[in-house]
Amino acid sequence: MAEEFRIVLRNMGKIDPMKIDDYINAGGYKALEKARSMSQMEVIEEIKKSGLRGRGGAGFNTGQKWLFAQRMEAKEKYVVCNADEGEPGTYKDRVIMENDPHSILEGMAICGHAIGAGKGFIYCRGEYPSLAETLKNAITQAKEKGVLGDFDIEVRLGAGAYVCGEETALIESLEGHRGEPRYRPPYPPVSGLWEKPTIVNNVETFANIAPIIEKGSAWFGSIGAANFPGTKVLTLTGDVKNKTFIEVPTDTTVRDVIFKFGQGMARDKKFKAVQIGGTSGGFIPESLLDTPIDFDSMRKAGATLGSGAVFVLDEDRDIVDVVTRIAKFFEHESCGKCAPCREGTMRTRRIMEKINSGRGSKEDVALLERLGRVMAGACLCGLGQAAPTPVITTINNFGIDYNAKLQ
Amino acid sequence: MANVTINGIKITVPDDATILQAAEAAGVKVPTLCYHPDQAIKANCRICVCEVEGLALLQAACSTPVWDGMVVKTNSPAVLEARKTILELILAHHPQDCLNCIRNQNCELQALAEAYQIRENPFEQMTRGLPKDKSTPSLVRDPDKCVLCRRCEYTCSQIQTVNALGMENRSYHAMVVPSLGKDLLESPCIMCGQCIHACPVGAIHENEQIDEFLAAVADPEKIVVTQMAPAVRLAIGEEVGLATGAMDMHVLVGALKQIGFDYVLHTNFTADLTIMEEGNELLKRVKEGGKLPMFTSCSPGWINFCETYYPDLLDHLSTCKSPQQMFGALVKTYWAEKMQVDPAKIYSVSIMPCTAKKFEASRPEMNDSGYRDVDLVLTTRELGRLFRMAGLDFSKVAPGSFDSWMGAYTGAAVIFGATGGVMEAALRTVYEVVTGKTLEDVNFTFARGMEGIKEAEIDLNGLKVKVAIAHGMGNARKLMDQVRAGASPYHFIEIMGCPGGCIGGGGQPITKSNVKREERIKAIYAEDAGLPLRKSHENPEVQQLYREFLHEPLGHKSHELLHTHYTPKNKRYL
Repeated sequence: MAEEFRIVLRNMGKIDPMKIDDYINAGGYKALEKARSMSQMEVIEEIKKSGLRGRGGAGFNTGQKWLFAQRMEAKEKYVVCNADEGEPGTYKDRVIMENDPHSILEGMAICGHAIGAGKGFIYCRGEYPSLAETLKNAITQAKEKGVLGDFDIEVRLGAGAYVCGEETALIESLEGHRGEPRYRPPYPPVSGLWEKPTIVNNVETFANIAPIIEKGSAWFGSIGAANFPGTKVLTLTGDVKNKTFIEVPTDTTVRDVIFKFGQGMARDKKFKAVQIGGTSGGFIPESLLDTPIDFDSMRKAGATLGSGAVFVLDEDRDIVDVVTRIAKFFEHESCGKCAPCREGTMRTRRIMEKINSGRGSKEDVALLERLGRVMAGACLCGLGQAAPTPVITTINNFGIDYNAKLQ
Repeated sequence: MANVTINGIKITVPDDATILQAAEAAGVKVPTLCYHPDQAIKANCRICVCEVEGLALLQAACSTPVWDGMVVKTNSPAVLEARKTILELILAHHPQDCLNCIRNQNCELQALAEAYQIRENPFEQMTRGLPKDKSTPSLVRDPDKCVLCRRCEYTCSQIQTVNALGMENRSYHAMVVPSLGKDLLESPCIMCGQCIHACPVGAIHENEQIDEFLAAVADPEKIVVTQMAPAVRLAIGEEVGLATGAMDMHVLVGALKQIGFDYVLHTNFTADLTIMEEGNELLKRVKEGGKLPMFTSCSPGWINFCETYYPDLLDHLSTCKSPQQMFGALVKTYWAEKMQVDPAKIYSVSIMPCTAKKFEASRPEMNDSGYRDVDLVLTTRELGRLFRMAGLDFSKVAPGSFDSWMGAYTGAAVIFGATGGVMEAALRTVYEVVTGKTLEDVNFTFARGMEGIKEAEIDLNGLKVKVAIAHGMGNARKLMDQVRAGASPYHFIEIMGCPGGCIGGGGQPITKSNVKREERIKAIYAEDAGLPLRKSHENPEVQQLYREFLHEPLGHKSHELLHTHYTPKNKRYL
């Protein structure tokens, strides 16, 4: 039986998240103290060597990212925690923040030390107002204790736009503007919040920092897949028996996630597909279930790890109908800034509806494929680039379902 | 420097060049839509995407910097597929009524559709189905045609700092709308029309009033009289296939007579008159301790801006009406008297480089002649359409002469059309009035050119006058904030609503960049240099006007006909 391995959820159930003393008694803020006795470069090297890669979906080497910001000469730099967890089916950040808010603060403060930033923001999903209170309580207590030193953290609530999970749209929103992505380069570590060097990392990424500093990069690097070490918090939804969240090493296979941790298919139906990584993730058929969940293996299989949402469908599910609903989601959440996403998500939804209602043709499927290629290659941000993934992966892996609905 | 290969062409460009700039240097045109040379990069239309070796995603040429060794393909199959598909997507959401469109044959989207052979669009045709916004007398917004390039938004908020246009909604419901979703009239719009130049398509344009002109010409009872602003001649050639500045003034007069004007007079006449009134007003304020700095008041977009954003500073504005409105007030009084015609029959048409002039003419206070002073304002673009409709061949149009009493002008009036021109014209006259000496060199070159804010200190026989010039509302705002803070060192400030002054006005031929503005500025100073009279007070017809009618600058008649007052615009939400 595969087992959970808890790094970011290390304190869950063991401490009272509203009490800083609990966190400190569990060894909290020791890593920050240690980091502050190290030079900026030593901290960054340690994080880099650990192989930690961003847990928000893009999988970029965290230490490398910090290095870009550290190298910049600027009077002000910022550390931003992306807690705008808007990916449908994903609630891992909520679990982390609910149970161990100080682990985020500690990770951010270590980052602040490493890059030379004195100010941090937590951009919290608008639908998580209670979490904002938890975080604010933690910040107040940390300030009272003085553990953060002169590193200041502020909580800001989003207003419900999915696109604000995209780091540059998040920055625009933090600045008080319309939540729209910026073109890149320049990347945020060079020019981010108020055009200052800015590190935007996901909640889960920050929660990994203190343990790495405390236990060392070698320890972390030995866990899970070599090229994407550590653990991943996954949230299981859909037609699995055990709809839950788990934290597992990154070399765990999709099959184990569904059939061991998820305890298999609900109502003992046959497995049909699983979508991993959130709404923009690819749909995987049975034949790919032995793929490990790490970023690179998933990508090789034509899928994504993304946010770590695991959405399981059984044999009774109408996959074309599911994808039609997903297309509607992207149409709704496109910010409207770039032409291929603004128009493309709307056209994708319309064509999907046409096919789903039995009025579609082979040409429509081909048009979806063309739209998919163009959007994936030409859209301004990750939202538009990833929006066609569910469409394209289901056409590729479940083409038979589409054919059955064509005229 | 970076060595870049574009479609196999090797080229060396500066390190901070973009792919777009590198391609241009290599002689490769990458198509654009949201890109504008005078604006920040937006990278939102994605038409300019290119393939870069080593990168999985296509890169927007406008926003992506080059690196040494970069290999770019601007026309690969993947690029062409993307570009064509994006164009089809935009076009499928854009009305297919090019033939009826005001921008037909002058539309960036139409040109792209032609270049990429968009024939049968696989996407079903849809439009937003929104009504046109005709709330202002100056502009018409046609939101159905908007392609969301956001160039107008940039111009309005960043260059003009008017903030009348912004984004509303998201996804394909996203729209550029006047502030708070209200109509333009309720927004802080100053009607400068700079958004028209920014727009690549026909989503915003002047309120076209050609039919009203044709109806007046067709009415035998009406005496149709025109005045024409100095910036019109320079640019009108662009509308009929001539180079900037190439239209001969007398040929233009001949053409105006051919399209139906009974009398052709010139706004330049009242530009000279403005200098007489405004120059004396300035001297009066300086001598008598009046409100300083004094601002010029010729630009109706600027007046709207001041009334909207700086209502507390309205008493700094010169009380002089603009040349257009001075002309309007005089043509139905002085000129009617001289010509012995019934002013009720006069239909006064002004041809302006300006959209805000349409609004200005409709102001309720602009009827001091006892009638509406200016009946109709046509823009340079509308005049261009009238000429094309009349089928005029400008190589054969017989030259004509301005009609009397309000047709003479000096070079000082001509330069009103460029930023700094009113200042220079005023200084030419004020110098001679104050010093009693002849000004040998009439060229105040500090006042010329596209620099945002220009300033100087002028010594008038010991009287030191500090002056400043701003064009475009973003520049004006800087000077205004200084005044508001009580820190303005100036006595006299010239402000023009549009970048470059009237030559870049919202009614001018579609102006794609500041390069064109500079070309027009050059042409205007060339015209000034070639004229025998270059000081407003030397205008013989203006001298005659004072002798026979007004008697003296700032006198009783002047006050009645040539001066006005301003009203704060109460936009409560600002």
